[in-house]
Amino acid sequence: MASKKGQQFDPVANLHEIEEKFEMFQILNEEGEIVNESANPDLSDEELVELMSRMVFTRILDQRSISLNRQGRLGFYAPTAGQEASQIASHYALEKEDYILPGYRDVPQIVWHGLPLWKAFLWSRGHFVGGQVPEGVNILAPQIIIGAQYVQTAGVALGMQKRGKKAVAVTYTGDGGSSQGDFYEGINFAGAFKSPAIFIVQNNQYAISTPRELQTAASTIAQKGIAAGLPSIQVDGMDPLAVYVATRDARKRALAGEGPSLIETICYRYGPHTMAGDDPTRYRTSDTDSKWEKKDPIVRFRKYLTEKGLWSEEKEAEVIEKAKEEIKAAIKKADEAPKQKVTDLINIMNEEMPANLKEQYEIYAQKESK
Amino acid sequence: MAQMTMIQAITDALRCELKDDENVLVFGEDVGVNGGVFRATEGLQKEFGEDRVFDTPLAESGIGGLSIGLALQGYRPVPEIQFFGFVYEVMDSISGQLARMRYRSGGSLNAPVTIRSPFGGGVHTPEMHSDSLEGLVASQPGLKVVVPSTPYDAKGLLISSIRDNDPVVFLEHLKLYRSFREEVPEESYTIPLGKADVKREGKDLSIFAYGAMVHESLKAAEALEKENYSVEVVDLRTIQPLDIETIIASVEKTGRAIVVQEAQKQAGIAANVVSEITERAILSLEAPVLRVTAPDTVYPFPQAEAVWLPNSKDIIATAKKVLEF
Repeated sequence: MASKKGQQFDPVANLHEIEEKFEMFQILNEEGEIVNESANPDLSDEELVELMSRMVFTRILDQRSISLNRQGRLGFYAPTAGQEASQIASHYALEKEDYILPGYRDVPQIVWHGLPLWKAFLWSRGHFVGGQVPEGVNILAPQIIIGAQYVQTAGVALGMQKRGKKAVAVTYTGDGGSSQGDFYEGINFAGAFKSPAIFIVQNNQYAISTPRELQTAASTIAQKGIAAGLPSIQVDGMDPLAVYVATRDARKRALAGEGPSLIETICYRYGPHTMAGDDPTRYRTSDTDSKWEKKDPIVRFRKYLTEKGLWSEEKEAEVIEKAKEEIKAAIKKADEAPKQKVTDLINIMNEEMPANLKEQYEIYAQKESK
Repeated sequence: MAQMTMIQAITDALRCELKDDENVLVFGEDVGVNGGVFRATEGLQKEFGEDRVFDTPLAESGIGGLSIGLALQGYRPVPEIQFFGFVYEVMDSISGQLARMRYRSGGSLNAPVTIRSPFGGGVHTPEMHSDSLEGLVASQPGLKVVVPSTPYDAKGLLISSIRDNDPVVFLEHLKLYRSFREEVPEESYTIPLGKADVKREGKDLSIFAYGAMVHESLKAAEALEKENYSVEVVDLRTIQPLDIETIIASVEKTGRAIVVQEAQKQAGIAANVVSEITERAILSLEAPVLRVTAPDTVYPFPQAEAVWLPNSKDIIATAKKVLEF
């Protein structure tokens, strides 16, 4: 503490002392060099290649999704380019038993967790089949209400704890989302119940057009975990190894019964907020963009793996080709989904249709039969 | 059989369900060792343990989220919102999330959650404790809304609500908690959701009511009988979905109807009942369907409750307007 016996308590010094403790955790620098050898995870060559492949796949998925959206072949889409380390490396630290409660930008994580790509495309278009979770895949559809996934995560984690499962609940929000009441309530509930949850804040610098500085006077978002008594860390969100280690360690603590953690990943989205008319040139300069482009997680991980002799242009081309083919097949499968009818929507409301819906079902069934 | 107050019947229903189904969890602010601010959960933590009946931090939205998450892990949560005036804090979890879980997952997930919450006037509570906000949740697709008026109904309806595999909002009127006793079976029994109950049969006029207004309506019916009017009182019990069959059968028999609610005229669900009657039985009507409601102001300061809340006198006056139309 800042104050010593006989000294007056100095709240300003106290704040600075706390904030200084949140230094950004990094393992791989922009040049693809290991700068924190002792923290380097023991990932096998195959695992490193797999992680890189998933990140490249996800970058292509983003490029194709933007293009398909522009052609009108996808609907709602929130770009992910720049956040591959943050999204994919954090997911890479999870197990199948873990439960993911994603935000609207976190489609890649649930796809890698088992949601078929064609369903993700249907979700983007606005088709109920897109939200149908396959048996045994522990995910929810992306959450649109910013913060709601946080309070629900506290519940899933408590449920896992009560069931005695060796698994964790993981959720994601953005920097803007950390201003919501549900953000605080979620981390605080999980803390009070000491449940196995991992709360990830992907600080991509902007909430639509509002810069991170306008959300809070706190110098880090990670330090908000202190309010709920959570071990918290700020991580270089453009560094796949650092994100992986932070998530892996939070998971270990959760499984050891030590409760939830908060992880802030410092990252950047290269694209607009969503494809629904947001134009980033209105609120950020190309200077900032190029500064962040130098930090690209794929560029630095590529350098690192190439240096180790694990990655090559051919290997990358192979992954890109595979991604394009899978995306093409998934869009085709999404195209084949039958059109939605009102009777379908009535059917998925309740287990047992209440009287008002029974009546309306008949009316629409007749309309649809014409 | 035992003589029970409504609050005892509610505790009894919770006990039956905690015993019958190990997935049932009861939680909220002060529902554990304290037994609830109205003793609705008295003794339950002691009997079933802290793992089944537990307190939460003071945050309604968090309680809503906790319920959804626990439901996703196969539990059957029965959370409590201490007073329904505090529902605004948890509107997203209830209407934005819980109500839509089955639908947004294309039918692949469900949330069997029963939210218990007290409301209702006549006991001089402080601000935001007694407001009738059932109309808000009744307008949200995906929710069922239940308002019992007797100990017998409360137990059977609560057991049905907890067993329902979709979310139910179960609203308990503060004034009815201990106002009278009634014979209630000690074993488990259910009353179907969405079914009204004819509390008194009559031929000249139908009164549709719910909550505390059922008792005011019965009082009014008795007084009207002395003036040779035969009045039927139908307790809606579930206000979403409405029991259209029972409502229409009653109107077709009597040809005249009023709808009684404690909520303001612009709130509650009385307008829905009137619409259903005019859409389905206008040819049976001898007079327009009138409403007895509170005035369209904010809920009264405690000292003004007596002049503000609808009562049997208002019901008699409106009933006569319809009977003498």
